[in-house]
Amino acid sequence: MSVDVVIPESESEAVEAYGDGSDITVIAGGTIVMQLLNYQRFEPSKVLLLAHAGMSYINMPVKEQGQNDGSTVTVGATTPLADLTVLASPLGACAANVADDEIRGQATLGGNLCSPAPPEHPSGDLQGALIALDAMVRSTGADGEKSEQIEDFLPHRSDRLALDVSFEPPASGAFAAFRRPHAHHYTPLAVSGATSADGTVRLGVTGAGDFGIRLNAAEAAADDPEAAGEASLTDVTMADDAIISGWYREQLLPTLVKRVLNEMKDGS
Amino acid sequence: MKLEVNGVNREVRSEPLTPLLDVLREELDVTSPKAGCHAGGCGACTVMVDGKPRRSCLIPVAAVDGASITTVEGLGTPKDPSAVQQSFIHHYAAQCGFCTPGMVVAATAYIDGGGSDDKDEIAKAISGHVCRCTGYTKILDAIAAATKQTEFDITIIAPDPTTVTIGGSE
Ligand SMILES: Cc1cc2nc3c(=O)[nH]c(=O)nc-3n(C[C@H](O)[C@H](O)[C@H](O)COP(=O)(O)OP(=O)(O)OC[C@H]3O[C@@H](n4cnc5c(N)ncnc54)[C@H](O)[C@@H]3O)c2cc1C
Ligand code: FES
Ligand code: FES
Repeated sequence: MSVDVVIPESESEAVEAYGDGSDITVIAGGTIVMQLLNYQRFEPSKVLLLAHAGMSYINMPVKEQGQNDGSTVTVGATTPLADLTVLASPLGACAANVADDEIRGQATLGGNLCSPAPPEHPSGDLQGALIALDAMVRSTGADGEKSEQIEDFLPHRSDRLALDVSFEPPASGAFAAFRRPHAHHYTPLAVSGATSADGTVRLGVTGAGDFGIRLNAAEAAADDPEAAGEASLTDVTMADDAIISGWYREQLLPTLVKRVLNEMKDGS
Repeated sequence: MKLEVNGVNREVRSEPLTPLLDVLREELDVTSPKAGCHAGGCGACTVMVDGKPRRSCLIPVAAVDGASITTVEGLGTPKDPSAVQQSFIHHYAAQCGFCTPGMVVAATAYIDGGGSDDKDEIAKAISGHVCRCTGYTKILDAIAAATKQTEFDITIIAPDPTTVTIGGSE
């Protein structure tokens, strides 16, 4: 197998090499793609390896040390998840829940955001946290560079090269997930919540579909965490996988939603 | 491509997407990192990349061109094992030994990073590592002891040094 491997040294070189994205496989941290390559699950003809593209950064304007002044946070696509764990909940807590230290040091924001629809299991936990944060994704592809809301980006993420993600720091945030003591390959179900400066509550879930989903019905009932938990079931269609069944996911989701809303109330 | 493996500069001729694990084992003959799953799920392949523990089965070698790689062979020698290696011997923390190189590298990184003897913290640090033999208790004991002590009471029965091959040195 002969693969053409392009290794850009800047974002602009990466954008140029990606072009319209046809016939090119992106490898960022490689924690998903390398598994597929090792097991010959696919054979790429051209690979864009982002390891040296210099797209790992967190731009977070600060008033005083450690304190955000409320302006936009921008995170480069190849920023490792380990670097995100210092951020406020839900993104920081969500990143800290992914796998273990070794994987988090290698796995990237972009790889998580663009992780493929699950053949066997979900793998894009940050999608839920970024939905809760109403994040904007800057990407490039066939129609050039554009910025769009994460919910618009997710359905066509496999046709885009994600460049960075930006969001306003939330007034409060929370994250809750199915617990697993050993680092399995995925988190079966996770809920993220964020309250913006104007008091709007947003909720995102992962592990309940092909990619992260916004829990609209639960948000509408957010003042009553119990009712919001029940309402969340109308937002999703659950499936079975090796760790938990769709039935168990349905039992779990209302509890996670309730936990996130209560934690945000307590924290605000 | 180039790698510094256990302090020795090595040329690499494998294809750029070859996992670092395969480059170490098959091209450079450094066989301590083990291929347990080739999917990031067992930790048997963990090595240090520029001082940080990483699953070598998931790293395309081109991504770490020029990096410094440390495997368990680079942490100590059979005659002069590191504190973590001594502690694993002293606490009987290895049975079949398949997971041990990855465990020792992860434990060393944990201690180098200022990790304490708190067993919950140690368990988190090795949560990506699977051991099918020991039941983990002795591994946790060994790592906890190595956070406090650098010398252990062990008898070293090292092979004749003239016949010892330490991976990575040529
Ligand atoms: C043991 C283990 C445990 C794990 N646990 C979890 C978990 O708990 N939660 C979780 O969410 N995930 C988990 N994962 C999956 C994975 O590690 C993460 O999702 C990670 O963030 C993927 O990032 P990456 O950079 O390694 O992805 P890569 O493998 O490099 O890429 C993943 C996908 O995204 C595409 N891609 C990468 N970067 C970009 C970009 N900038 N623009 C467009 N497309 C891009 C690739 O083409 C590929 O399709 C686990 C993996 C392992 C091995
Ligand atoms: S072989 Fe790398 S984690 Fe199992
Ligand atoms: S000692 Fe056998 S797998 Fe750990």
